[in-house]
Amino acid sequence: MAKIKLPSPGELGDRVRDSEVWKSIFRPGSIFRKGYKDTSRDRALATMNNVLYHLHPTKVKRHGLKLTYTFCLGGISFFLFIVLTVTGIFLMFFYRPMADVGGAQAFTDMQNIRTSVFFGDLVRNIHRWGAHLMVLSVTLHMGRVFYTGAYKPPREFNWVVGVILLFLTLGLSFTGYLLPWDQLAIWAVTVGTNLAAYSPFIAKQANFLLLGGAVVSPDTLLRWYVLHVLALPFVLVLFLAVHFWRIRKDGGISGPL
Amino acid sequence: MPRDDVPLDQATFDRVLAEELAKGTDRRVAEGRARSAAVRAHRAANPDAHAEAAPAPAAGTAPAAAAAAPAAAPAAKPAPAPPAVAAGVAVAAPLTVPQREAPLPTGNLPTPKKGAPDKHRLLAIVPPEGIMRVEREQGDRVHTWPHLLIEEFIAALIVFAGLVVFSTFINAPLREVANPNLTPNPSKAPWYFLGLQELLRYFHPMIAGITIPTFILVGLAAVPYVDRNPSVKPGDRKVAITLFTILFMFGSVLTIIGSFFRGPGYNWVWPWAQGVFFEL
Ligand code: HEM
Repeated sequence: MAKIKLPSPGELGDRVRDSEVWKSIFRPGSIFRKGYKDTSRDRALATMNNVLYHLHPTKVKRHGLKLTYTFCLGGISFFLFIVLTVTGIFLMFFYRPMADVGGAQAFTDMQNIRTSVFFGDLVRNIHRWGAHLMVLSVTLHMGRVFYTGAYKPPREFNWVVGVILLFLTLGLSFTGYLLPWDQLAIWAVTVGTNLAAYSPFIAKQANFLLLGGAVVSPDTLLRWYVLHVLALPFVLVLFLAVHFWRIRKDGGISGPL
Repeated sequence: MPRDDVPLDQATFDRVLAEELAKGTDRRVAEGRARSAAVRAHRAANPDAHAEAAPAPAAGTAPAAAAAAPAAAPAAKPAPAPPAVAAGVAVAAPLTVPQREAPLPTGNLPTPKKGAPDKHRLLAIVPPEGIMRVEREQGDRVHTWPHLLIEEFIAALIVFAGLVVFSTFINAPLREVANPNLTPNPSKAPWYFLGLQELLRYFHPMIAGITIPTFILVGLAAVPYVDRNPSVKPGDRKVAITLFTILFMFGSVLTIIGSFFRGPGYNWVWPWAQGVFFEL
């Protein structure tokens, strides 16, 4: 019987990397493509022929890499947003925004996530702590931008976009705070939204719009859930796109000081 | 270091590099300029070698000539290809742009409006070495891959590891089910609003809850339009930095007071004596 000679792992790897499919995914310059050379040309192509080219130019100012200039805070905020999106989607599989009389589904679902869902507790913790951390990192990022004077021309408008992002980040965090439907949630939200009742002229309307009623109720829960998982993230992503696009159009990272 | 993927004239490279360095130009910029000069020199010396890299004169002007073909009579004066004809054709022309005998437009081309600029720059002539020429100061730049991407990756990794470890050991709070008839004492907003809640102690709710937050947001957004000082040097920005720092500290102190120094009835407590009434 003829012996079939199996390719060694090395050969197999080579063959896969030589295939049309592989080459159609990893364009010339990709570090995963056969023949990547650590040359100036391939380094530039590695960025250029990559979806990352939407975010980064092929070359960046050397001083921008210094940790003490950006402290990576904008990047960390963005990374946290991604982590929150992924963990948030996971939580959505096990959570119903219902709290009608006789059974607070939202709350029991939370208990369920903590006790019976595989890794549920960990994912919920990551989502919660990550959200607090994001508020912190966005605030600190704003501080960094201020102290480096990075809002000066031509970056004025990107600072304004940033303020909107800060507002949206707070909005996301606050709407999420209500969802566990425990004592902490509804009372923190009651205290926070009571302030809206003092808006001039539109006090009643503002409160009604926010809460879907006069007080925090199951209608509020549904409303805030939709804001939290859909409306606000959507708007935030739009503004993020503008934010990142403007960084490049404004000539990359500011400075050096 | 001259790259080896574009042929260039080594003598020119060395000469221009030496000149630029003598002028005190940054080494990277000097190398870029030397390289572009060397490429151009090499091309000028070996025009044939680049025949396929840059379209030959005939090929380059072909679209314009073809479009204008019906008018066989040569134009009275050599004119650049008229815009309507050249529209959309980006041509990599050879190094020495040939004198083109483009005929004047015949047919019924639209007459330009009065006062309209007499030229529309739709066609750019790109000399073959153009994409290699160093046009602007390169500054001190490094490749995004690997330098920046690795840094970002490590930062993300550290944050994620920290978050996972923290979340493994410390549980997020989950209290009893919501009960609208049972107000906890104290009732506090989430921490990032505790500065505002603290302000409620001192101001009318409309001031603390509406006026001040609006003022903060609008004021923040207005910062770049108010601060017209062009310098980014900390030494030149004493007023701006002082003001911002004071406001930032003010906000932080209020938030810390609201978080840790307020207890039942939202009255003052010392956290080390009466305990902490704060939840995340
Ligand atoms: C969701 C929130 C935000 C995200 C994800 C984000 C992300 C980023 C990133 C990745 C950068 C690149 C530089 C760096 O990492 O520091 C950046 C730069 C910048 N950000 Fe943000 N940002 C956010 C919020 C803000 C806020 C609140 C402000 C200011 C009010 C702001 C103003 C700016 C400005 C002006 C730049 C350009 C800085 C420079 O060129 O040095 N951003 N942002």
